[in-house]
Amino acid sequence: MSKNNMSVIQVKNLTKRFGTFTAVDNISFEVEKGEIFGFLGANGAGKTTAMRMLCGLSQPTSGNGTVAGFDIATQSEEVKRHIGYMSQKFALYEDLKVWENMRLYAGIYGVPRAEIPIVIDQMLASLGFESEKNTLVKDLPLGWKQKLAFSVSIIHRPEIVFLDEPTGGVDPAARRQFWELIYKAAAEGITVFVTTHYMDEAEYCHRVSIMVDGKIEALDTPANLKKQFSATSMDEVFTKLARKAERREN
Amino acid sequence: MKDNIVKEKSYAFALRVNNSQFFAFVKKEFLYIFRDTWTMIILLLLPILMVVLFGFGISTEIKNTHVAVFDPSRDMATRTIVNRLSESEYFIVDKYLNDISEVESVLKNGDYGMVVVFSENFNENMNRGTAAVQLIADGSDPNTASQLSNFATAIINQWRMEDGALKMTGENNSQFSILNSQLKLLYNPTMKGAYNTVPGVLGLVLMLICTMMTSISIAREKEMGTMEVLLVSPVKPFTIILSKTVPYFVLSLVNLATVLSLAVFVLGVPIVGSFWLLIGLSLLFIFLCLCLGVLISIVAPSQIVAMLVSAVVMMLPTMMLSGLMFPVENLPLVLRWIAQVIPAKWFIEAARDVMIKGAGISAITTELLVLCGEAVLFLVVSMKRFKIRLG
Repeated sequence: MSKNNMSVIQVKNLTKRFGTFTAVDNISFEVEKGEIFGFLGANGAGKTTAMRMLCGLSQPTSGNGTVAGFDIATQSEEVKRHIGYMSQKFALYEDLKVWENMRLYAGIYGVPRAEIPIVIDQMLASLGFESEKNTLVKDLPLGWKQKLAFSVSIIHRPEIVFLDEPTGGVDPAARRQFWELIYKAAAEGITVFVTTHYMDEAEYCHRVSIMVDGKIEALDTPANLKKQFSATSMDEVFTKLARKAERREN
Repeated sequence: MKDNIVKEKSYAFALRVNNSQFFAFVKKEFLYIFRDTWTMIILLLLPILMVVLFGFGISTEIKNTHVAVFDPSRDMATRTIVNRLSESEYFIVDKYLNDISEVESVLKNGDYGMVVVFSENFNENMNRGTAAVQLIADGSDPNTASQLSNFATAIINQWRMEDGALKMTGENNSQFSILNSQLKLLYNPTMKGAYNTVPGVLGLVLMLICTMMTSISIAREKEMGTMEVLLVSPVKPFTIILSKTVPYFVLSLVNLATVLSLAVFVLGVPIVGSFWLLIGLSLLFIFLCLCLGVLISIVAPSQIVAMLVSAVVMMLPTMMLSGLMFPVENLPLVLRWIAQVIPAKWFIEAARDVMIKGAGISAITTELLVLCGEAVLFLVVSMKRFKIRLG
C-alpha cells in the first residue's frame, strides 16, 4: 500500500527511453482519489508513453510508480485489475449490439455472471440508452459511442479510469455531455486520468499537468496556472509553454 | 487453517474469472463471424465451391477433347482407329478435314485439341510397313498436349495388338515407332483429377480458414483499437489468443467434414487408408495453420497486411508449389527447394498417401515430423514476438 492512502497514483522520476530517444524524462506527480487529472501535451510530448507505463502496458526504463497501491513495474497484473481504460479509438466492437458489448466487457473484468444482467440494465438506464439496447454499435452516432465506451470502461467500478483523448472528433455539445459522465464517475469516487487536445476541456479538470518534450513543465489547478502564466485561458497557457518545445511530431 | 480457506477461495475465484473471460470472448467471436455475412459465405461456401470447381470444372484430366481427322485413305483400318478413339471417353471425333492445309487453322481456332492424320492407302501399306499415322496436338498447353498424344498412342497401340496388325513391320517408320511408348498409371488408373484435387483443396481450405481468417481477425482487433483495451484489461494475452483461435478451429472441423463428405459421396474419391489417421493428420495441420495465423497477425499491423501476407506468402505458394496444380517434380530446382518449406506441401502429400494409396502411419512419418516441427517453430516464434511487442 502507498504511504499516502489518498494518492491513487504516485509517480517518482519515471523515465522511458527508446534507444537514445527519451520519450518520458524523469517525471514525478501524484493524483488523489476522486480527482479529475488532466494530462496535457502536444503530439509527441510523451503523454501516451507515460500513460502506457501507468497502465502496465510498458515497462519504465527507470524510476517507479504505484497505481491503486500496486507497483507499475512489478505488479502490472494487479494494476490492470484495478483500472479502466478508454482509448481514442473508443474500442467497442462495432458488429456487436450495445448490450453484447457490455456483456463482453463485464465478462472480461470478472463481474460475476449472475450480476451481469443487473449491471447492464443499470448502465442502460443511467445512459438513457434503454431503447438502443439491441442496436449495433456501428449504427450509433459518434458521441453516443464515446459515452458508451466510457461507461463500459468503468463497468467494473475501477479505482482509476484512464481516458486517452476520449472526445476526439465530436462536437462541443456532445463533449459537454461526455464530461457530465466524467463528473458523475468522479463524484462516485472514481479517479479520472484524462489526456486531451481540447483546452476548453482542460478547464473542466481539477488539476492539469502540461508535458513538453517528455518533461512536466507545469502542474496545478487551471486557475493557478492561468495566474502563473498571466493568461486568460488554458489555451494561452498551453501556447506559451508549447512554444518552448523543440521536438516535433515525427 | 483460516489462511488455507482464504487461499482456496481466491484461487477458485481466479479460475472462475478466467473461464468466464474465455467464454465471453469465444461467444463474442462467434457472434462476430455469424453477423458478418461475407465471412460466413467465405467460411462455409468457399470450401464447397472449391471442391466442386477443382473436382469437376478445372480438372486437369482430359475428357471429351474434340479431335479432327484427315484421312485420305478412308479404309477399314483407319475407320477402326477413328472408332476406337471416339469410343474412349477422352476424345470426340467430329470433324473430317478435306485438305491437309486445314490442320493449322483447326488447331489455331482452339476448338480442337488434336488432329489425327493418316497416310494414303493406309490399309494396303500396313503390310508393307509404310503406313503412317501422325498425331498433331495443340502445344500451347504442353501438359494437355502430351497427355492427349499419350492417350491416343495407347489406344492405337491396343488396336494394333488386338487386330493382328502386329504383322506389320512399321517399327522402322518414325511416326509409328512412337507407338511403342507405353504409359502405366498406378493408384489412379483412370487419371481422375479428383483424386489429386481433394487433398490439395483440403490443404488450401484449412490454410484459408485457420491461417488467413485467424490472422485477419486478430489484426482487426489491433486496427480497431480493441486489442489495446484488451491488453490493459486483466485478461491474459494467452487467453485472448486462445479464444480467438477456438471459433476458427471449430469452423475448420466443419469444413473438414464438408470436404471429405463431398469427396467421398459426390466425387467418388475413396478413403483407402485409415480414416482416423487422416483425421489426425488434418488436426495436426489445422493446429499448424492456427499457429501460423497467430504469428502472421502478431507481425502484421493491419488487416490488409495480414491478408496480403497470408495470401501472397502462404496461399499462392501453397497453390503453386504444393503439387495441387503441377507436380512438384516438374518445377525448377530453386522452386523445388522452396516447396520443401511449404507446410501444405507436406500435408497434401501425406493426405494423398493416406487417402488414395492407403498408406499407414509408418509411411508418412517424415511428413508428420516436418509438420510437428513447423507447428512448434511457429508457436515458439509467435510467443516470443508477442512478449517483445508487449515490452
